[in-house]
Parts: sequence; C-alpha cells; structure tokens
Amino acid sequence: MDAFEILFTASFWVAAIRIASPLIFATMGELICERAGVLNLGIEGIMTAGAFAGWFTVYAGGDLWTGVLVAALAGAMFGLLHATLTVPLGLSQHVVGIGITLLATSLTYFIYRLALPEVTSPPKIEPFQPLPIPGLSKIPVLGEALFSQTPLTYLAFLTVAVVAWVLYRTPVGLAVRAAGENPSAVEAQGISVTGIRIGAVMVGSALMAVGGAFLTMSAFNSFFFEMINGRGWICIALVVFGSWRPGKALIGAILFAAFDAYQVRLQQMSGGIVPYQVFLMMPYALSILALILVARRATYPKALMIPYQKGER
Amino acid sequence: MSPTASEPVLSLSGITKRFGPLVANDAISFELKRGEVIALLGENGAGKTTLMNILFGHYVADEGTVEAFGKPLPPGDPRAALDAGIGMVHQHFTLADNMTVLENIALGTQSLWRPRLDRAAARNRIGQLSTDFGLAVDPTATVSTLSVGERQRVEILKALYREARILILDEPTAVLTPAETDALFRTLKLLVAKGLSIIFISHKLHEVMAVSDRVLVLRSGRLAGERETKATDRKALAALMVGQEVKPAEVSPVQVGAPLLVLDRVSTARHNGAGLDEVSLTLSAGEITGLAGVSGNGQAALAALIAGTRRPTGGCISIAGQPVGDWSPQAALGHGVARIPEDRHAVGTIGDMSVTENVIAERYGSPRFSRMGFLDWKAARSFAEEIIADYDVKCPSPEARIRLLSGGNMQKLILGRALDPEPAVILASQPTRGLDVGAVAYVHRMLLAARERGAAVLLISEDLEEILALSDRIVVMSKGRLSSPSARGERSIRELGELMAGHGEEGQAA
Repeated sequence: MDAFEILFTASFWVAAIRIASPLIFATMGELICERAGVLNLGIEGIMTAGAFAGWFTVYAGGDLWTGVLVAALAGAMFGLLHATLTVPLGLSQHVVGIGITLLATSLTYFIYRLALPEVTSPPKIEPFQPLPIPGLSKIPVLGEALFSQTPLTYLAFLTVAVVAWVLYRTPVGLAVRAAGENPSAVEAQGISVTGIRIGAVMVGSALMAVGGAFLTMSAFNSFFFEMINGRGWICIALVVFGSWRPGKALIGAILFAAFDAYQVRLQQMSGGIVPYQVFLMMPYALSILALILVARRATYPKALMIPYQKGER
Repeated sequence: MSPTASEPVLSLSGITKRFGPLVANDAISFELKRGEVIALLGENGAGKTTLMNILFGHYVADEGTVEAFGKPLPPGDPRAALDAGIGMVHQHFTLADNMTVLENIALGTQSLWRPRLDRAAARNRIGQLSTDFGLAVDPTATVSTLSVGERQRVEILKALYREARILILDEPTAVLTPAETDALFRTLKLLVAKGLSIIFISHKLHEVMAVSDRVLVLRSGRLAGERETKATDRKALAALMVGQEVKPAEVSPVQVGAPLLVLDRVSTARHNGAGLDEVSLTLSAGEITGLAGVSGNGQAALAALIAGTRRPTGGCISIAGQPVGDWSPQAALGHGVARIPEDRHAVGTIGDMSVTENVIAERYGSPRFSRMGFLDWKAARSFAEEIIADYDVKCPSPEARIRLLSGGNMQKLILGRALDPEPAVILASQPTRGLDVGAVAYVHRMLLAARERGAAVLLISEDLEEILALSDRIVVMSKGRLSSPSARGERSIRELGELMAGHGEEGQAA
C-alpha cells in the first residue's frame, strides 16, 4: 500500500473522526467563549479536569453518561472561576486563562494521587462502545467512518449543529455574538453583558471538559498524566482557522485529525528511515500553514479580550 | 390616560454626579413636555452626555431622582429606562457591526430563551416603522456595510421598535453630512408630530436654533440658563455657554513672504477615498492657505503627504527652495513641518500614555529631552507643564493619561506640541472638528498668531465658514485635483461650492 492509498481506507477515516471528536467539543466550547468576547486559555486545564472527572465517576461506580455530566459540571465550575475573574473583575484574560490551566491540571493530578495513592498503572474502565447506526453504517468507507462511532462522537457532531443554531437563530445567540462584537449594543438593549459573558464561558468550559472526557471514556479507557498533550491549544488555533464559525471550525478539526491519523500511518510505512518526530510534527506544521493561508483575512470578534465595565468613562 | 401637552413626560430633579473630584453634574433639574424638543447645549465636558447616561441608566447618579410618565425610574437599569419608553441614540453608535440591521434591532426585544428568533415579525415591524417615519434602511444588510447616516437611522429605529416615547439624541449631527443632517431634522419633525418628546444634545448653535422649542444650557456641570428658542439668538446662547462674549478672530493684513513648501505636480496612491493627481501647491510664509472640499476627495492624501506618512508616487516636494530627498514623518519634522492631525484620538495622541509622554512624542530624541540615549524626564515634565500653562490646558497633572482629557484640551496640547518649536510650515487638518465654541476660537487665534510670526499654514477643513474666516488664499480639492487659488473674497460661496462639487474650471495652477 502506498502513501496515497491510505486516504481511501475506511480505517484511516474511522481514526480521523475519532481523533477529531474531542477537538470538536473543545473547539465549540472555545468558540462560544470567544464569540462572547472572552478568550479562554484555561482550555488545556479544563480538558484535563474533564478527562479525570468523567473517568473517575465511572471508576467509582457511576454510569458512563453520569460521567459525562460530572465532567461537564467540573468544566462549568472552572468556567465560572475564569469568568468571575475576567468578566466582572475585568482581569487580563491571558493571565487568568493560563492560571486556570495550571490550576486545573495540578489540582486534577493532586486529586488523582489522593484518590489512588497505591496504584502504579492507572485502573481501566469499560468505555463507550461503537454504536453502528443501522443502515447508514453499511455505506462503504463513509458509513464506517461516520456511523460506526461511539455515542459521544455523534454527540460531538450534534453539538456543532446546536451551537450553530443557537448562535445564529436564537435571541440568546444574538446577544452572545453582540457581546463579543460591541458590548455596549447589548447593554443599550437592556441585557446584562456580564450575565451573557459569564453564561457563555460556563457553557463553553463545560463543552471543553466533555472534550477531555471523550479521551478517557471513549478513545481510551483510562486516565494518564499529560494525556491532553496540547489538544486545547490546537482548539484555540482551530477557532481562528474557522473564522469563529461553527461549520468551518468543524472542518478544521476534521482536517487536523486527518493529518494526525495520516502521520501515524506514514510512520509505520517509512520503516524507521525518517525519524518519527518528523511525522509527529507534521500536523502542527500544516496547521500553521493553514492558519497563514486561511486566517489572515478572518474577521475576529471586535470586543474579544476587551473587558467591559458598565458605567466606565 | 394619555398625557396632555402641558404635562411633563420626564422630570429630573437635583441630579448630581461626581467622578472623583470632578463634579460632572451639579443639582440639575428640568422637565420635558409631550411633543417638545429640548436642546441640551453646552461645551464639551459640560456634562451633557453624563446627564443623559444617568437618565438611561448607564451611570448611577449620586443624588437626585428621575421620573418618567409620573413614575420614578430605578437608577442604573437601562432595561427599566427602555421599558419606561426612553430611547437613546448614543454619540458612539451601539451597534454590533458583524450583525444585520434586523438582528441589531431585534436584540433584546424577544425573550432570550425562545428557541428561535422570530425574524418575520421583526422584519414586518421594521418595514412598517421605516415607511411611517421615512427611515429607509435594508433590514438584511450587515451593519458594517452601512454609511454613518444609515447607522444612525438604525439606532432611531431601535428606539422606535421598542415604542420609545422619549428620544434622546447625543450629538447626532457630529458624524453626518449636511444632507444627512437635513434628513435627520425632517425625521425629528415627524416624530414630534406623532407625539414623541425629544432631547437633542449638541454644541452647534445653528442646529439648536433650527430644531428645538426650548434650550437648556449646561456649563461646567451646572444648568447655566434656560431659554425659549423663539425668544433668543445664537449670540446670547454662545455667551451663556462659555460664560462670556465670544469674539470672532480678527484677521490683520500680513506681508506674504518666501515660498516655504512647494509641491510640484505631486501624485500619490489612493488614501481614504482618493489619491492626489498631479497636484501643485505653494505655501508661503505669513499666509494661511485654506483647502476646501467634500471629504474623500484627496484631502486625506494631501495631509498624509505633507505629514510625511505617505510618499509621493510622482512629482517633487521642495522645502525652502531645496528639493527634499527621502520623505518620511521624521524628514517632515526635521524640515520644520508641524502637524495637527485630523483624528486626535487615533493619530494625534496615544490615549493610555501620559500628557508628558504625549507632548514629547515627536521630539523625544532631541537633545532637549534625551541624554546619551536616556530620556530626561525632568526636562520632559517641565516642558509639559510649560505647555499646560501656556496653552491653558485643563488637566489634573502632567502624569494624567491623555485620554481622560476632553477633546478641546487634547487639541490644545497637540497645538502646543506642534507650535512650540516655531515650525516653518503648519499642517492643520480639521483642527476644530468636534470642538466647542470657546476652543474653536482659541485654535483660530493660535493659527493666526503663527501666521503673524511668519509660518506658512495649510488649513484643511470641511467647515466652509472656517475656511472663509481664516484663509488668505483658498484652493478647492475635487477628485484628487486642486483648483487655482483665489484670494480672500475673490470667489463667492456659490462659486466655491461648484468647485467642490467638481464643476467649474478643470485644472490646475500653482
């Protein structure tokens, strides 16, 4: 099989969609925050916390969906902390975000050690199983790739549709977009900018945490240190790549995941002549290239990263 | 029961608001009647906008109460103000540029938790209001594509959509062209005819005289006077506004000296509308050259060229008889060209830096302010203090961030910075835009003083009255080309107007 044929195998696309799923959740989460005007750099830590919270709930005897819910709640709590500092208090979103990432990551490892002091290798859980959709999953390649995934992957795609609908079709979505563009427009229409932004950051952070939980509850079956491995930062770039639009961000996430799945297969083919790090680097190098090509003309939300304080002169 | 003509729809009593040591509003009380247009007149910084922001709930007053239609208005709650029928058109529009007209208007008018925005209903209602009040605007257009006049119509529609009975307009004409201003005044007449009451905030006397029934004059946060518009005139209002008689600048005849800056068939790339097309212009010592024209016809390009921020693509610039080589902002400053930029916020100053830092911004490298590569803060600070004293700038201290200064005081600082080194050439772009009567007179006096001293002044202005009052020579710019110059009084306003519209003589002279 040569390098080109890989692109037409079902297993390649199954892997790509699986790799894309956590990115989709977290990218939608970041997109909601940024559309409301708040850059959430806590994403990496919030994903770590979500990964642990979901997995640990199941390990402690909860069922899988309870795990997802607990992960989302954990994310929302970190979102509330982030929003309290950045929205009413108007602190630097960069500093607070990085602080949240460090706090959430360290706190997660700490709780992990407290809960499981003795273990050397992390215990496993029974993760989400693939749920082929009758009929659709029988379509060659496409069916296998899209319709033989776990329920969480379906939820990821559903999330994109819901986020797009809410942002563009509902009154509250209107308020979120206006809060990120010109908060005084929101204020002048009698809506609380603070309320909208805090809400958006909490919902967005909950989605990031579910993205983290996908890793421990669907892609793998256990929790490891460092397992988020920069995925949160990739999602920040994907939001820019998608010009703050859910549909385009989804395409970006799948594209990145496809590069990632592809490089693993190329590594195996190259037979060790090329150092494997070169392949590992490839998706990231390509995303920088894609950003240069696509995002230069992106129109970002104008009030992004600008705190809004009512009654300020 | 609907209020009759004599009943107040809005009453303010004893409103006081302080920002730190500054008293922005001092015990202000007044009433607005149904179908009445009140003009709130005052210089910049007199407290007009603060008062209206209290009314609308953006600020909370330290003392005093507001009643709308007989009911007290809870302080600090824009939603309550909206529900009470108060609509506000802010000076800086409160529109989200990335959304459509319809979305901006509908924002906040439907329950946030509806699963779907009812666009059809909103579209119908906007269409109805547009026809009723003559406010034509496409509801599906994205706001970022609209002209300033159209955006203002959207703001008014926003208020009407919420069934506002009281409309507050904060400096509504500051950003409009004369034709757009006329259209706005027609709309206001229509609104009043339908029973709305209007508060019109302005510092332009002729507009106040044209639209209002009653004028309230604010000065330094206090109500300085109240006049029936019919029973007063512009002069009396101006005196009330600044607290003294305003004398127009006196122009003495001055000897024209040697040419200081000569443009010889200079062209540039397009800049904010148009570029220059083989423009020749001579600025001579002791002479103010006025440049009239409709904005967007190349004035911005000419200003940028002389300031050094744009390089010519053809032609030759010479200063004091010598052709200049490499042209840059540094070169312009080095050749003694002083700049008073058109946009004092974006170009003229750095808002979050101090007054001191801003006044040395053009000359921080000169030996006066730096020693061996280190800034001499003592010299810089004393220079700032000098300018503050000499140019009568009201500011808390040289360390204050410049964005906290009012427009007039900011402009005085820029004047001081530009005029202090006694420049040979002065480029004044819209030097009085947005300034109040007192500050305008001050800027005019300063420009005339510089001319007396022997500087060559280029005055670019959209205010034809200003051009006529100050200029010794007038040129008109249209489509990137200049008319031949005319001496003071040589061309009538009508002739100038025709040149501005691009009719009349074609062409070009020195």
